[in-house]
Amino acid sequence: MSRRASGLWLHAALIALAVLTLVPMAWMVAASFMKPGEANTMPPPMLPAAPTSEHYVALFTRLDLLRNMLNSLLIAVVTTGVSLVLNAMAGYAFAKLRFGGRDRLFGLLLIGLVVPAQVGMLPLFLMVQKMGLVNTPAGVMIPGLASIFGIFMIRQYALGIPDELLDAARVDGASELHIFRSIVFPLLRPILVTWTVFSFMAQWNDFMWPLIVLSDERKFTLPVALASLMGEHVQDTELMMAGSVITVIPVLVLFLVLQRSYIRGVMMGSLKG
Amino acid sequence: MRAEARAAEARAAWAFLSPALGLITVFFVGPILIGLVLSFTDFDIYAIADPATVRVVGLENYGRILTDREFGNALRNTMTFVLLGGPLSVLTSLGVAMLVSSKLARWKDLFRVVFFAPVVTTLVGVAIVWKYLYHPRYGLIDAGLTRFGLPAIDWLGDPHWAMPAIVLFAVWKNFGYNMLIFVAGLQSIPEELYEAARIDGASGWSRFVHVTLPSLAPTFLFVGVITMIGQFQLFAEPYVMTQGGPLRSTVSVILLMYEQGFRWWRMGYAAAIAFVLLAMVLVGTWIQLKLAPGERR
Repeated sequence: MSRRASGLWLHAALIALAVLTLVPMAWMVAASFMKPGEANTMPPPMLPAAPTSEHYVALFTRLDLLRNMLNSLLIAVVTTGVSLVLNAMAGYAFAKLRFGGRDRLFGLLLIGLVVPAQVGMLPLFLMVQKMGLVNTPAGVMIPGLASIFGIFMIRQYALGIPDELLDAARVDGASELHIFRSIVFPLLRPILVTWTVFSFMAQWNDFMWPLIVLSDERKFTLPVALASLMGEHVQDTELMMAGSVITVIPVLVLFLVLQRSYIRGVMMGSLKG
Repeated sequence: MRAEARAAEARAAWAFLSPALGLITVFFVGPILIGLVLSFTDFDIYAIADPATVRVVGLENYGRILTDREFGNALRNTMTFVLLGGPLSVLTSLGVAMLVSSKLARWKDLFRVVFFAPVVTTLVGVAIVWKYLYHPRYGLIDAGLTRFGLPAIDWLGDPHWAMPAIVLFAVWKNFGYNMLIFVAGLQSIPEELYEAARIDGASGWSRFVHVTLPSLAPTFLFVGVITMIGQFQLFAEPYVMTQGGPLRSTVSVILLMYEQGFRWWRMGYAAAIAFVLLAMVLVGTWIQLKLAPGERR
């Protein structure tokens, strides 16, 4: 086959795959603007005949999903902020500070990467209950405040910080805290941005743990609220699509804006692993 | 002086480590150890109210798992998901990665972003979308099938098709992640290897078999292990799309653990299920490590 012909085939395949990938999301958006019942006609319409925003209005007024959105936002922002600082400190210490048993401890930590979080979820729930944090945002945040994967990612990046820089600051009499704040933290910036996106998305998208911890509808995060809405409104296709849109689109937009750092983070996590 | 500086550095290290390691110990390692203890007890709803009622039952929970038909069913479903979805997901990811990495391909960054987009979507949101796409009468997927003269399928309503339908959805949702890792792996193969193969007269296929695949061996191992771990954790998809039905054909091990633990409050039994799952993950990881060819060649 000529180079030109294979190029054409290649792009035909890529475009077909891209369309297949995007159709579910495109239909989600289109159906969210259809009139009630319109999506359930044959053949299934791809575009709304007369776009209406009534489902979005219903979600934010009658169903008060704005509250759930704010719950999700609060949990994602606080967890990400705390985990950013704690993982950065730990990742830096593992990469650059010398102490006895460092490598063994780090190796031990890495074993935790293959352990599914669900294995400890029942006792964790009992602990959260004992602490009186059931049905609170703090209860949801607890497992995300520090992350083995986050520490690992930041450590890999921090290995690249030159020792001379740190030693020079020590000779000048800078405290370790000062070195961390004014030298290390700025140098880690690219990986910290990546971790911020990772953590925010993981928190925003999480389902099982918030489902377990939260019992009051007003406290639900957006995915939990959407799943429970699904139980009552299975028949309202268009309304459920609008609910999916407001759950999915914020993280999708965040990803599109920050995709460079995110994609680099995924590739880095694998190559150096 | 020197020793003093060393000691100061170690002190600083522990100060930096302790908040994160403390949280991980208390809220990750701790619960796992407690869970192991729980799995040897009959911890139930009465025990939540009054822990004094807990009895140690030894291996009874594990014995029950062996004979529990519900568990056997959940295990079968989960293994379907792992053994059908795993290879399908890895092959799709590799195929798309090869297309995107081709020297002839343009707009590579754009395609990569498009294929990755489903990965960052909220699982619950897109699971709901796919539930409607799978609708036997109004769904887009069956509308497409019938247009090509194929029979319509009641995807989520037919016990034989519900699990494959979830597999298909999961492949759509996740292939972008492995694709990126394969792209990174492909990029790290030195061009000279292909040149040498070309000079030796190797065809495109034999270059793929003798250069690409062996060079990707470590990537395959990584992708295989993380994909498998992810798939053993199947939960939200059946919870949202089928509630485990029809006829319990989509109850996964984690969904069963959730039902036993948080619906019936049989915490002891549920903890034992969790540990059987952990054992399966560890065995699966070990098998893949054994199957993997020597690290560097």
